[in-house]
Amino acid sequence: MSGFNYRAIWAIYKFELHRFRRTLLTGLLVPVITTSLYFVVFGGAIGSRMTQIDGIPYAAFIVPGLIMMSMFTESIFNASFGIYMPKFTGTIYELLSAPVSAVETIIAYVGAAATKSLIVGTIIFVTAHLFVDIRVAHPLAMVAFMVLIAVSFCLFGFILGIWAQSFEQLQVIPLLLIMPMTFLGGAFYSIHMLAEPWRTITLFNPIVYLISGFRWTFFGRGDVGIEFSLLFVAAMLALCLAIIGWMFRTGYRLKK
Amino acid sequence: MASIITVSGLTKSYASGFQALRGVDLEIEEGEIFALLGPNGAGKTTMISIICGNVRPTGGSVTVAGHDIVRDYRGSRSAIGLVPQELHTDAFERVIDTVTFSRGLFGKPRNDAYIEKILRDLSLWDKRHSKILELSGGMKRRVMIAKALSHEPRVLFLDEPTAGVDVELRRDMWKLIGELRQTGVTIILTTHYIEEAEEMADRVGVINRGELVLVEEKTALMKKLGKKTLTIVLAEPLSAVPPELGEWQVALKADGHEIEYVFDTQAERTGVSSLLRKLGDLGIGYKDLNTEQSSLEDIFVSLVHREKAA
Repeated sequence: MSGFNYRAIWAIYKFELHRFRRTLLTGLLVPVITTSLYFVVFGGAIGSRMTQIDGIPYAAFIVPGLIMMSMFTESIFNASFGIYMPKFTGTIYELLSAPVSAVETIIAYVGAAATKSLIVGTIIFVTAHLFVDIRVAHPLAMVAFMVLIAVSFCLFGFILGIWAQSFEQLQVIPLLLIMPMTFLGGAFYSIHMLAEPWRTITLFNPIVYLISGFRWTFFGRGDVGIEFSLLFVAAMLALCLAIIGWMFRTGYRLKK
Repeated sequence: MASIITVSGLTKSYASGFQALRGVDLEIEEGEIFALLGPNGAGKTTMISIICGNVRPTGGSVTVAGHDIVRDYRGSRSAIGLVPQELHTDAFERVIDTVTFSRGLFGKPRNDAYIEKILRDLSLWDKRHSKILELSGGMKRRVMIAKALSHEPRVLFLDEPTAGVDVELRRDMWKLIGELRQTGVTIILTTHYIEEAEEMADRVGVINRGELVLVEEKTALMKKLGKKTLTIVLAEPLSAVPPELGEWQVALKADGHEIEYVFDTQAERTGVSSLLRKLGDLGIGYKDLNTEQSSLEDIFVSLVHREKAA
């Protein structure tokens, strides 16, 4: 038997989606509630005092940021958990002893996690429509961007899940790094609203480019040029793939 | 018979510097039950893990059904089913889902009839819709065997199949392994229960401190290394071993009512008749004689000790 083990990919993909289905209620209800809360607080209470940002009504302005924020956390959480749990319970033995390549493993786990975060992103998008009227300037680009972001962050989560040796380590990067970077990355404001030197400092935050790029697909403009955003997504994808390639070549924390 | 597994010069050093395997050579024949025996930490699990793909070898090579485990891992792993020592299961999955999952993972097309057959053979069919966490330890072990068999492997590895299993379940497991063998599957099991190897294996390999000390047909092994113990039940108890019996190195047992003499059945002179003559000369009467063949366990202990002494 040689060639591509697509049946293994399908088996893992189904297994992972089945795992999500067990927590379907919280998994889908949480983003809906969170989005609604953000609209009540930011859109309603604060947004009513702020007129517009870059000519966009505030409530609409925060939609791309909200979607991105949820997708970042969902992607990292689902992908890291997906590979960390077998390590934790010991069931990874089966994956390691199966005729499955590194590439097939990644496609399956990252594909499943990305699927879930795309579903969550879509739910938030739909929920947002209940609160605010949004027109998407570049719908195709929007979908493509969501897919790229989901895949990149799931790859990142996958790395995290392989690296982590405890539940605490699993949580520490998303909570201490990604969360603050997202909040400071212009999810709820335009970086042009910041005074110097913060505005320049913010430009070192890669999340700024991702959120700005996604906002561009909605409104045709962002904090930075769309080409920079694409560059950052591509760089992140390449970096994650390189790290994962190295991990599998060396057996890093998977094989002794 | 043809070899299904060939291990040559296999070594493994862990990052800690610990040398788990020091150049192991081994041939496993198709269709046999091979027991790998050794104390804890001898390298049994390391060897299995390397063959199955869970641990990377440091040196040497292994082929399974003609496929090199590194260069052609898809070929070798497809031929292997692994039941690890610990009960690693997905607690929330249903029995039938987890077994079907395993088949897919190994790249086999769906075959409900075959899965049903395995589950029936392992008495799991009635429990197929149960979540794994609802099952007892013995049933979980069966689920793991079902997963390992789901892709129709030619070789089945059972790492300590009866560790922590009660006596009755152990008997069940032995019966099950016997039945599996009837299907033509080659079975390699590790154990530190000697009676397990004695009960089931065709051949026994003893591994100690990373080296394969011995590989032998079980019966030949027991014959070759077999020692017998002669127990002489005395007519009158003795308070001490008479100095005249010094050359036989006998021991006084049962409060002086018995003399015990251990002899090598392979030796040219077993010393039995001369001992009995000497007893007659000394006027020590006896009522009964009894000899006992030593078990694989004694053989094993003496082997491992000899290694340590060397």
